[in-house]
Amino acid sequence: MYPNDRRYTREHEWARREDGRIRVGITKFAADRLSDVVFIELPKVGTELKVMDPFGVIESVKAASDLYAPVSGRVTEVNQQLIDSPELINQDPHGAAWMIVLEPTGDGGWEQLLDAAAYEDLVGKEH
Amino acid sequence: MTDQPLRRTSLYDAHVAAGGRVVPFAGWELPVQYTGISEEHQAVRTRAGLFDVSHMGEVRVEGPEALEAVQRLLTNDAARLAVGQGLYSPMCLPSGGIIDDVTVFRVAEHAYLLVVNAATRAKDVAWIREQAGTAIVRDLSDETALLALQGPRAGAILDGAGGGVATTLPFFHLADGVSVGGVRCTVSRTGYTGEDGFEIACAWDRAPAVWAALMEAGKAHGLVPAGLGARDTLRLEAGMMLYGNDIDETTTPLEAPLGWTVKLNKAAFIGREALMRQKAEGVTRRLVGLEAAERAIPRPHYGIAVDGQRVGVVTSGTFSPTLRRPIGMGYVPVALAAPGTAVQLDVRGRPAPATVVRLPFYRRPKT
Repeated sequence: MYPNDRRYTREHEWARREDGRIRVGITKFAADRLSDVVFIELPKVGTELKVMDPFGVIESVKAASDLYAPVSGRVTEVNQQLIDSPELINQDPHGAAWMIVLEPTGDGGWEQLLDAAAYEDLVGKEH
Repeated sequence: MTDQPLRRTSLYDAHVAAGGRVVPFAGWELPVQYTGISEEHQAVRTRAGLFDVSHMGEVRVEGPEALEAVQRLLTNDAARLAVGQGLYSPMCLPSGGIIDDVTVFRVAEHAYLLVVNAATRAKDVAWIREQAGTAIVRDLSDETALLALQGPRAGAILDGAGGGVATTLPFFHLADGVSVGGVRCTVSRTGYTGEDGFEIACAWDRAPAVWAALMEAGKAHGLVPAGLGARDTLRLEAGMMLYGNDIDETTTPLEAPLGWTVKLNKAAFIGREALMRQKAEGVTRRLVGLEAAERAIPRPHYGIAVDGQRVGVVTSGTFSPTLRRPIGMGYVPVALAAPGTAVQLDVRGRPAPATVVRLPFYRRPKT
C-alpha cells in the first residue's frame, strides 16, 4: 500500500529522492483522514526549511492541518497544479498531489525517516 | 476528560460495514464520515442522510410536579406544550450561563422527555435531579437509541419503512408507537441540519433493524449514511449552536442568538434574575455569523480583530459545502455585531478579511 521508493514521517508526509533532490507529499492515510480538502497553502520557492518546520497548511471541510518538512533544505519547486486543484490530494496523494521539491542540506535528516514497513506499522496502530 | 473506555452504539457494526471511519467523540466511537463530508452534506441538502445520534442522552421527568420542574430548569416556556409537542431551550445556571441546550417534549399529561448532549449528559442528569423537587427523573440514555433521518426525501423514506406519520406530524411534534422496520419507535419531526427530517428513538438493541429498514426504503431516494462531519457542517450552515463551541457555561442565551428561547415572563426559572439584569443593562457581546472574504477558513479559537486589536473569538467555522465559501461564528462586542461590519480573522498569524453576516447562512427553500 505504501510505496517502497520513498520514506515517511510520523506526521504522515512522504519524501522521495530524485537525483539528489527530495519530492514531498502527504500519505494516503493522511489524505483519507483529512476528508475533502478545499485548499492548500504552500511555501515560496527559495524558502529554507529545517526538519519538521511547518511548510504549509491544508484546509479541509473538517479542519486545518499543518504540513511538516520531512528533511532540511531549500524549496526548489512548488506544485502549482495542486494549489489550483486541491482535490488531487484526495485523488492521488502519492502521485499528482506532490507538494514541494527540496534541495536538501547535506542528507537533510533522511536517515531518520521511516521506511514503508515501519510507516505501515505506525498507521496500522493508529488504525 | 477521563480515561474511561470509549463506548459503542448498537449501530457500530453497521457503521463499519458501511465503510464509516470511526473516531472518538464525546466518549463514544462514532463515524465521522463514510464516503466524504461534502458528499454526505449535499445528500442531506438534496435527498436524505441517516445519522446515528444514539450517543445523545434522553431524560424523562414525570409526576404531578414534572411541569414545575421543567419550567424551573428551562428558559423557554414548556407550559404551552400540548401532549406530543416539543420545543428547544437552553438550560441555565443561576449566572445565566448555559449548562446545556436541549429539546423537550411533553410525552404525556405529566411527563416530559429532555434530549440532551452526550458530552454534558452526566452533568445534566445530576443538575436535573438536584432541581426536580418531587418530580421523578429517569435517565433513559442507556436504553434508548436515536437516529436522525434528515433531508427533503426523509418523509417519503420514513413512510416507506413503515412510519405513516410523515404527512401528518407537524414540525417539533412527536408521535409514539410508530412502526419502522417492524420496530416500535418514537418519532419527532426535528433535526440539526436545517432540512425537513425526523429523529427516531427505539430500544437500544433494535436500532440495527430500524437502520436497515430505513436504508432499504431509502435506496430509491438516494439516502446515504452520514457522519459527524456532515452533521457539523449542516448545523453550522443552518446557524444552529454547538454546545461546547458556540455556547457554554460562560455564555448566556442573550449573548448567543437565543434570546427567543428566554421567556422572562413565564414562571420563575434558574437564571432568570441574571438574564433580566443582562437584558436591562444590555449585553456587551454577541455571537455573530462570519463570512471570510478570502481563502481563509475560520476555526474555533481564532482571534477576531479590528485595526489589529483583538476584539473577539471564533467559536465554529468551516468551508460551507453549499455556499462554497468559508463561514463561521464567533463572539464580538455589540458595537461590531451589525451585519456588514468588517473584521479580520487571525488565520495562523495572518490577518484575513471577514464580514459579519446574518444567521443562518442557509435556509431551506420553501416547499
